Amino acid sequence: MDVTLQLWIDAALTLMILSFLYRDNPFYKFAEHLFVGVSAAYLMAIGFWDHLVPNLLGKLFPSLMSGVVPGAVGRSPDYYYIIPAVFGLLLLTRLVDRWAWLSRWALAFIVGGSAGFNLPRFLDSDFIIQVQSTMVPLVVLDPAGNLLWGASFSHIVLVLGVICGLVYFFFSVEHKGILGHVSRAGIWVLMVTFGAAFGYTVMARISLLTGRMEALGAWLATMF
Amino acid sequence: MRIPDSILHIDRRIIFLLIGAAVCIPLILQPRFQDSPTPIVQSIFDTVERLPSGSRVFLSFDYGPDTAPELDPMAKALVRHTMTRGHEVSFFTLFPEGLGQIKKITDNLLPVEFPEKAYGRDFVNLGYKAGLGGAINTMVVNFRTLINADAEGTPLDDLPMTADVDEMVDYAIILSLTAGDPGLKEWIQFAGDIAGIPVMGGGTAVVAPELYPYYPQQLVGLMGGLKGASEYESALVDRYPAYRNATMDATMRMGPQVVTHVLIVLLILLGNLAYFFGRSGRPGRNDRTDRADQADRRR
Repeated sequence: MDVTLQLWIDAALTLMILSFLYRDNPFYKFAEHLFVGVSAAYLMAIGFWDHLVPNLLGKLFPSLMSGVVPGAVGRSPDYYYIIPAVFGLLLLTRLVDRWAWLSRWALAFIVGGSAGFNLPRFLDSDFIIQVQSTMVPLVVLDPAGNLLWGASFSHIVLVLGVICGLVYFFFSVEHKGILGHVSRAGIWVLMVTFGAAFGYTVMARISLLTGRMEALGAWLATMF
Repeated sequence: MRIPDSILHIDRRIIFLLIGAAVCIPLILQPRFQDSPTPIVQSIFDTVERLPSGSRVFLSFDYGPDTAPELDPMAKALVRHTMTRGHEVSFFTLFPEGLGQIKKITDNLLPVEFPEKAYGRDFVNLGYKAGLGGAINTMVVNFRTLINADAEGTPLDDLPMTADVDEMVDYAIILSLTAGDPGLKEWIQFAGDIAGIPVMGGGTAVVAPELYPYYPQQLVGLMGGLKGASEYESALVDRYPAYRNATMDATMRMGPQVVTHVLIVLLILLGNLAYFFGRSGRPGRNDRTDRADQADRRR
């Protein structure tokens, strides 16, 4: 497609979406619906050509798919791929009320399989190693034995922050006395975390706005 | 209407206009806010720098065009650095839209800035693979089961760079540019922690806070949002002054970031001041409730 035409379409759609900042209007609605429609169609095409064709049809009918699936030439069919094919079809039974219950088998497989697949990884990477990473020395010394103030302070904040945060979510005991104070400090830790996340989100949104403004600038440059 | 009230009830469209101006004016004037790399970004740079020339680098573009303004500068900086160091780069994506992002680099950046680099010898596009974390797991267990050809269908054995790549551990490092799931987190969980391959990369500013806890034990380094990209660019320019005149997208976009952040901080302060001063001049909610209760009792 001609680059200038691309820039015009890009700019027109950007302006239509930004017009919502003033108020809802038909141009915004058009761009919104266009986006939803194009995204859905794109994902459907990707789903078929990049998921179903190479991962299912290419395995079951390699000779038929040899033109579109690399390495399928001369390969014998993997018939055990019939099982996922059947499960996939069972998911579609949700469209018919009478047979909708059959889709639960496929869903049960997906839920069970995903849980089994992910649990060990999450347990290891997001729990055990994370706990390990929190076990740090509170007093950090350099090889010569001098105190490293910055690193020590950082480790103390890390350990105290984790403890206070955990106490806040410990509901088995009433948060009174010392536990109440620690829990309150936990709220502060959470607030600081949320504040940092908000700051990052602002940065992300401004980056995207900058990208759009640059695109509009490129479009304007084609006119002058 | 009193001044605090008028500030509290300011038309949101005025704020949109102010933000728009805060972004556009620095884009036109192009002020330079040179960053210096923080340790978390410097460690990525140092790792790439220390690898022997010709090392295999796996660069995953786990994002689409919606987050390109944040992650494209990171991609450019990493590609410039790895290519300058003479590493062999395999491009890959876990996002279907990532193919377009890879194409921007292979079609626009590489032929212009590195015309001597050849496809199949210095870089290769392994394309998109479905399966989220499962795809990474399959690559770690048996690389060739999932990837036996490049994005165009050329068998890996026919490309000099990948002919002897049989396992994921044949790559010296994994770099991922992340917009969400799947991304760096999955690379850490399914490749870094299992196979022991050093994992590092960048994430959008929204994703970055989730990734910091993995540093430094599970994640070698992280570029968080545009600021991280800008820091990497400054490290690149410091080490390779030839890039001083190259277009550094993130450094250029830090102008709007700085001005907009200052504006937002001022608006928050102004809003809070208006709230407190506005409240001091009229009865609080509790006062009004108490008077209503007293009136009810009298009735």
